[in-house]
Amino acid sequence: MEYLDIFFNEIYKIFFLVVPILVSVALIVWLDRRVWGLVQKRRGPNVVGPFGLFQTLADALKYIFKEIIIPASANKIIFILAPIVTMTLALVAWAVIPFGENLVLSDINIGILYLFAISSLGVYGIIMGGWASNSKYPFLGAIRSAAQMVSYEVSIGIIIINVLLCVGSLNLTDIVLAQKNIWFVIPLFPMFVIFFISALAETNRPPFDLPEAEAELVAGYQTEYSGMMYAMFWLGEYANILLMCAMGSILFLGGWLPPIDVYPFNIIPSPIWIIFKILFLFFLFSIVKAIVPRYRYDQLMRLGWKIFLPFSLLYVVLTASFLFYFDMLPTKEF
Amino acid sequence: MLFHSIFFYFFSIIAIFSALMVITSRSTINSVFFLILDFISIGCLFIMVGAEFLGIIILIVYVGAVAVLFLFVVMMLNVAQQKQSWFIGKKSSHIPFGLVVSVIIFLELLVVLGGWKYKKNIMSSSNLFINENISNTHLIGTVMYTDYILYFQISGIILLLSMIGAIVLTYQKKDNIKKQSYINQISREKITSIELKKVEFEKGVKIDD
Repeated sequence: MEYLDIFFNEIYKIFFLVVPILVSVALIVWLDRRVWGLVQKRRGPNVVGPFGLFQTLADALKYIFKEIIIPASANKIIFILAPIVTMTLALVAWAVIPFGENLVLSDINIGILYLFAISSLGVYGIIMGGWASNSKYPFLGAIRSAAQMVSYEVSIGIIIINVLLCVGSLNLTDIVLAQKNIWFVIPLFPMFVIFFISALAETNRPPFDLPEAEAELVAGYQTEYSGMMYAMFWLGEYANILLMCAMGSILFLGGWLPPIDVYPFNIIPSPIWIIFKILFLFFLFSIVKAIVPRYRYDQLMRLGWKIFLPFSLLYVVLTASFLFYFDMLPTKEF
Repeated sequence: MLFHSIFFYFFSIIAIFSALMVITSRSTINSVFFLILDFISIGCLFIMVGAEFLGIIILIVYVGAVAVLFLFVVMMLNVAQQKQSWFIGKKSSHIPFGLVVSVIIFLELLVVLGGWKYKKNIMSSSNLFINENISNTHLIGTVMYTDYILYFQISGIILLLSMIGAIVLTYQKKDNIKKQSYINQISREKITSIELKKVEFEKGVKIDD
C-alpha cells in the first residue's frame, strides 16, 4: 500500500509537469510562426482565437481527424515506433529541470549527464523514421541528421565540461546555485554563443535544418508521415527546442535566479524567472530562423568539427588553468 | 524490497531476451535495435545497483554514439537481405569461427575473474574506501585520477592510436575530386567576378574566350 501511495503521488506530480509542457509547446509554435511572420512583414496566424492563440490547437484537431497512412513497403513496427520515441524522449528529459529551489520532479546527482544522454538519444527517432519509411528522401534526411546530431553533441559535451569545471557538481540545482554571484554567461560568453549555435544544430532548426530541407528533400524524414504521427514528430521537435532553451538558461543564464538580488526582483517567484529566460532564448531561436539562410552540408560539418570542437577544447584548457592558477577550483571536502 | 526485485527481474529478463534476439533475429536492422535495447536495460541495471554514473555513461557512449554508427553502417551497406541461418536452412560457415572466438573469450574471462577471486590484492587498491555520503561520480574521480592515473593515460593513448590507425587506413588522397574551397568562395570579389561590357548594336559580345 505504501508503495502504491508513492506511485500515485509521483504520477500526480508528473501529470502536473507534462500538461503545462504540452500546452506551452502549443503556444510556442504559435509564437514561432508569429515572430517569423512579423520579421517577414506578414501577420502570421491571427484568426483563430484572440491574437490567433488557438491556431495550434486547431491544427492539432485537424491532424487528429486525418487518416494515418502507412506505406505498403514500410517496416511497420519501426515506422510506428519512431514518432513515439521522439516524443517520449522529448518529454522524459523534463523530469530533471529545476523550476526553483526544491521545485523539481527528481533531483538526481547526475542531472546534467541525464539531460545530455536523453538529448543524444533523440537521434533515434529520426533515424528510425527515415529508414522505416523505405523511401529515398526520408533516408537521405535521416542520414544527414544522424551525422549532424552526432557531430554537434561532441561540442555540446565539451561546453558542459566548461560549466562543470566552474561548478564542481553534476546536479542541476547546484549548477544554478553556483551562479548566485555571477551568471556563467559573463565569464563563459564564447561558450554560450557556441552552445546556442550547437543547440540550433542539435534540434535541426534553421539555418541547420538540412534533415528537412524542403527545397531538396520534400520534408526529410517526415515525408511519409501523416495525421497524428506527423503531429507527434512536430510536438517532439518543439518540446526538444524548449528543452534546449531550458538547458541553456540553467547552464548560462542562472536558471531561476533573478538578475540582481534586490527588492523588486527577488519577490517575483522563481518559476517566472526561468520561464522568462526560456522564452527569451526561444525568441532568439525564432529570430535566427527568420533571418539566416540555410547552411550547405560541408559547411555545417566543417563548422562543427574544425571550428567549434577545437575552440571549445581550448576554452576548457583556459578555464581549467585559470581556476587552478587563482586557486578557485571548486572542491568538496570529504 | 519487493518493488526493487520486481524491477530487477524486469530489466534483467529484457536484457537476456534482447541479447538472445541480437544473435537470432533474422534481419540485421532488428539485431541492432535489440542490441540498443540490451544496452539500455544494462544501463538501467547499473543505475539500480547505485552506479548511476556508469549507467548514464553506458547510455551516452554506447547507445548515443556507438550504436548510432552501427545502425548507420548496417543501413548504408544494405545487408538486410543476407538472412542469417541459425536454426533453419543451410549451415552458416561463420559458426565454427564464432564458436572458437567465444570459447577463447570465455576462458579469458574465467582466468581474470578466477584470479581476482583468489588473489584480491593483485593491484594496489589501498585508497578504495566506501563512504555513503559521497556520490559515486566523486569516488570514481578520486580513484581514477590518483591511483590509476597511469592506466587511465595508457588507455587514452591506445584509443588515440586506434583513432589515428582508422584514419590512416581509410584516408585516400585522390587528385581528380572536385572540392569546394571555402577560401576561394569567401575571397571572391565583385571586381574579379563581374565584368561590365559595352555591347555594340547588332554585334553582341563574345564570351568564354
